[in-house]
Amino acid sequence: MSGVTPESLALLTVLGAIVGLDSVSFPQAMLSRPVVASTLAGWICGDPSAGLLTGILLECFALETMPFGASRYPEWGPASVAAGTLAAGAGAAPGATAQMLPFALLAGLIAAMLAGETLVWLRRLNLFVASRHRDALAAGDATALAAVHWTGLVLDFGRAGAVTALFVVVLLALRDAIGPALPSVSGASAALLVGVLATGVAGGAVWKVVRTTKRYGWYFVAGLAVGVVAVLMR
Amino acid sequence: MTPAPTLPFGTWLHVFVRLFAVQGSYNYEAMIGNGIAYAAEPALRRLPGGRGGDAYRAAMARHSRYFNAHPYLAALAVGALVRAELDGESPDRVERFRTACCGPLGAAGDRLVWAGWLPFCSALALLAYGLGATAAGVLLVFVGAYNVGHVALRVWGLRAGFREGLKVAAALGSPVLRAGPLHVARATAATAGAALPLVLMRELATPGAAFWVALAAAALLSVALARLQSRVDGWRVGVAVLLVFFIYSVVR
Repeated sequence: MSGVTPESLALLTVLGAIVGLDSVSFPQAMLSRPVVASTLAGWICGDPSAGLLTGILLECFALETMPFGASRYPEWGPASVAAGTLAAGAGAAPGATAQMLPFALLAGLIAAMLAGETLVWLRRLNLFVASRHRDALAAGDATALAAVHWTGLVLDFGRAGAVTALFVVVLLALRDAIGPALPSVSGASAALLVGVLATGVAGGAVWKVVRTTKRYGWYFVAGLAVGVVAVLMR
Repeated sequence: MTPAPTLPFGTWLHVFVRLFAVQGSYNYEAMIGNGIAYAAEPALRRLPGGRGGDAYRAAMARHSRYFNAHPYLAALAVGALVRAELDGESPDRVERFRTACCGPLGAAGDRLVWAGWLPFCSALALLAYGLGATAAGVLLVFVGAYNVGHVALRVWGLRAGFREGLKVAAALGSPVLRAGPLHVARATAATAGAALPLVLMRELATPGAAFWVALAAAALLSVALARLQSRVDGWRVGVAVLLVFFIYSVVR
């Protein structure tokens, strides 16, 4: 597994556990969002810029999957750590990060979907733990309540750490295996594809999120005009 | 209304910190019920008989049952429930309140936070990136802005809940919850609109025809996804396209 030392892997696992815990259990400060998790992973791997770029692109996709209630949604934290690690380890050759972006993004999206499933398992496991203390909880036993609650927190921390380590190890091995094939597409083409996909999905997501707002379109168009003018002035 | 009982600062702090873990034992039966009881527990120790007393145990049993709300606005419920218990409200009234406030607290929180504040802060981070901010700068903008709103909402919820007790429904009519989502949605639309071309520009790092072609393609994709709305998820489209591209790269 090239590019990641055992120390870095340990740090990435801890980072994944922290951002995974943040996602639902504690403290929901949005450290689990791709823009944060992927950038921090890039930092650990020595290339925060690559981590940030991957995080920004994944954030565009994450805009349309908000964690409403008990619904099933992708879990972005551990997946973004893995995606950021892939991009940050692409190497220093010109265009190497851009060539790695489609793979890192694809890995991040699929990993987020899989990690979301583990949240469902965790909720079932929490139910199992609570059911073992059902009588004590019904009697108002604070010790049993603390046991149930802390078990849930510890299980989530462990789940997120394990999921992150698994994603990082598997994806890096996959990258090493298929890596030589990636330069067959130029960095510019790869950047163009992921840029169009990410910003296109983000635009659609913003519409879905705020479609019920009066005169929404005009606010979006006005913002777009400002953005285009800013691009022209650069 | 009887004057609000006073709680020591340490108890407030204890309850407030525990609120951040209100979903710590989230499950499909009690939902966040266990978390509500866990957060309220330090204040319930002040019930007659103290920790382990009959009133304390009865209240703990009540609040460990099913409860569901937006995690941030759960602070409003915890404040109100603690006040109700310390005021000696009847268990029936407390139970009715618990049942009645789940839906409104969930809906208001979803609109204000998940469909409002979070997308706005994401758009702000995209804008910061598009304007050339460093990794640290983007993180500071996103985490800082988001958590100013996040923590303020929890503080407001706990205080308003405790102040109003079971009459907390009035707090749900607060301008922040009523008109806030509308203003935030407009700000999100404008910020995201400005951010997306700048993000694309910085990501491509090549001004000129390629940028304008990419912007037009992204706009077309946005319109298509917006028209298809709930029938197609953009991230699933992303997976499909990237998968095809990945296979093409490898087999080429």
